Amino acid sequence: MSTLTLTLIRLAFLGLLWVFVFFALSVLRSDLRAPTMGARGPIRPQTNRAPDARSVGKNGKTPRKLVVTEGVLSGTSVPLSDQPVTVGRAPDSTIVLDDDYVSHRHARIAPDARGRWSVEDLGSTNGTYLDRQRVTGPVLAGLGVPIRIGKTVLELRR
Amino acid sequence: MTNPVTVAPTNIKQRRFAELFLLVLTIVISTAGYIAASLGYTNAMPTDLWLVVGACSVLFLTAHLAIRKFAPYADPLLLPLAAFLNLIGLVLIHRLDLADAARAERAGRAIPRADAIAQLTWTAVGIILFVAVLVLLRDHRILQRFTYTALVLGVTLLVLPLLPFIGTSINGARLWLRVGPLSFQPAEMAKLCLIVFLAGYLVVKRDALATARSRVLGVDLPRGRDLGPLLIAWVASMGVLVFQRDLGTALLFFGLFILLLYVATERRSWLLLGSILFVAGAGLAYFAFGHVQQRFDVWLHPFSDPNGTAFQIVQSLFGLAAGGVLGTGLGLGNPQFVPFAKTDFIMATAGEELGLAGLVVILMIYAVLAQRGFRIAVSARDAFGTLLAGGLSIVIVLQVFIVVGGVTRLIPLTGLTTPFLSYGGSSLVANWIIIALLVRISDGARKPAPPVRPSRDEALTQVVQL
Repeated sequence: MSTLTLTLIRLAFLGLLWVFVFFALSVLRSDLRAPTMGARGPIRPQTNRAPDARSVGKNGKTPRKLVVTEGVLSGTSVPLSDQPVTVGRAPDSTIVLDDDYVSHRHARIAPDARGRWSVEDLGSTNGTYLDRQRVTGPVLAGLGVPIRIGKTVLELRR
Repeated sequence: MTNPVTVAPTNIKQRRFAELFLLVLTIVISTAGYIAASLGYTNAMPTDLWLVVGACSVLFLTAHLAIRKFAPYADPLLLPLAAFLNLIGLVLIHRLDLADAARAERAGRAIPRADAIAQLTWTAVGIILFVAVLVLLRDHRILQRFTYTALVLGVTLLVLPLLPFIGTSINGARLWLRVGPLSFQPAEMAKLCLIVFLAGYLVVKRDALATARSRVLGVDLPRGRDLGPLLIAWVASMGVLVFQRDLGTALLFFGLFILLLYVATERRSWLLLGSILFVAGAGLAYFAFGHVQQRFDVWLHPFSDPNGTAFQIVQSLFGLAAGGVLGTGLGLGNPQFVPFAKTDFIMATAGEELGLAGLVVILMIYAVLAQRGFRIAVSARDAFGTLLAGGLSIVIVLQVFIVVGGVTRLIPLTGLTTPFLSYGGSSLVANWIIIALLVRISDGARKPAPPVRPSRDEALTQVVQL
């Protein structure tokens, strides 16, 4: 077989190898470009929230952390970002409560578009209480108002 | 991992056709390579072409259908990437078979059995186990129950070759079990067992291990009593080094432990402590054992004894140099001059005949495979899945680093197989099981969350009126 043919075979084979790499990377790229979800639920559009959140921050009413005031985890605090905080027995919750009165996915504390935080019960067996009121739909939670989940009490703080 | 952040794709596309397309492309490429190797070396078409192509097509199509049936949301790249590496390895082994046959003919000996066919048989065993894992293991979390069983099994498998009668020493390393004509390297399976153990163990213990005691020079040091497991891993790795004289496996196990500890606790201090222990261990080994000292000398001064102890590495370097950027072409180089070209030095063969361009392709495929593995680890819905996928990926990455580093003289040479490429049944089968586990974890991570049903546990919880 002539040297020319062998050279052509050699280059064609290397070309084929790179074609495979190209296709593998294109599959990978489509996965990287896919919109990803935040901790729980899709990331909200950034544009209309950011200025509002900042203005609320200036007023000094934005909670910065979630503090456990009663219960086994008493004294624990979770810094708040723009992501919702989940509470429950499920190991992937943000705050995992090992308490028989707490459901796997018990409650969710999440910011709205204006940076205000609200409490939402996720269909728990024993309910979530904001101050003395049982929470049904999402309810705005003020700073320092006790959120009771089973034996645990949480508060939003600055 | 105190603040779990999960990354879940919103577009839950199964992408099974992308997988099928890449598999078909893989088979086309390897067929081309198989033909090119024979044309280059003997100027004739390979005689067993249709057997090989047919068997590969049937095998990988079966694996693909098994994924469609049993893990429909699995990552579409895992199977094609592993198949690609497996088949490129097959092409390189076939090319070395041709050289062996020609050498035997010149010496007037009988032509040896083709190793490519043996490797194909092992691929079949690997694919059968791949499918079996997908069928039998419907949820990777089941493995967490066998945390300590896996430890006992793993340690037993590691120790077995040291026993008389069934253990066999080949080329100075006591790593093989021989039962009749079959030899098997149990360390490969031990590797899998130890990953399952480490993932299960670290899920439970990571909080204790992440507890910092004091801060020295900006590094949080763990508490003294938490150093126990690290020291045990170190002693065990040193034991492997001393009794089995296997540098590669020792390095692999210790590196796996340290990296997984880091993934579980997110504390850099473990990496630091691990590195210190590793350097101390390497130093001790250097002064205590002749074979380690020899490995280091060969690494630092290969050209002081090019025809003796350093023959292998020097031949490998000459091969890589002869390959250059575009390679000599399949069947046109002399990779058979390197001893153990089919196993430890398969990357030297690739570098010589496919050149830097081909070597980079192989390394990129490993990189993409590792990226998929770590991505699965990040997106797994449970901590055990994260650590298991992380451990499996770390093992592949570490092995590639240790082998390629050794062949290219970046680090001292150690005997390890290149995942999927090297000739060797135990390693190939173990690696296919690794891919099956990753497929299983990624299916769990990517499939849409099941509708929330009140669990039995919750139903038992009494309603309390406050």
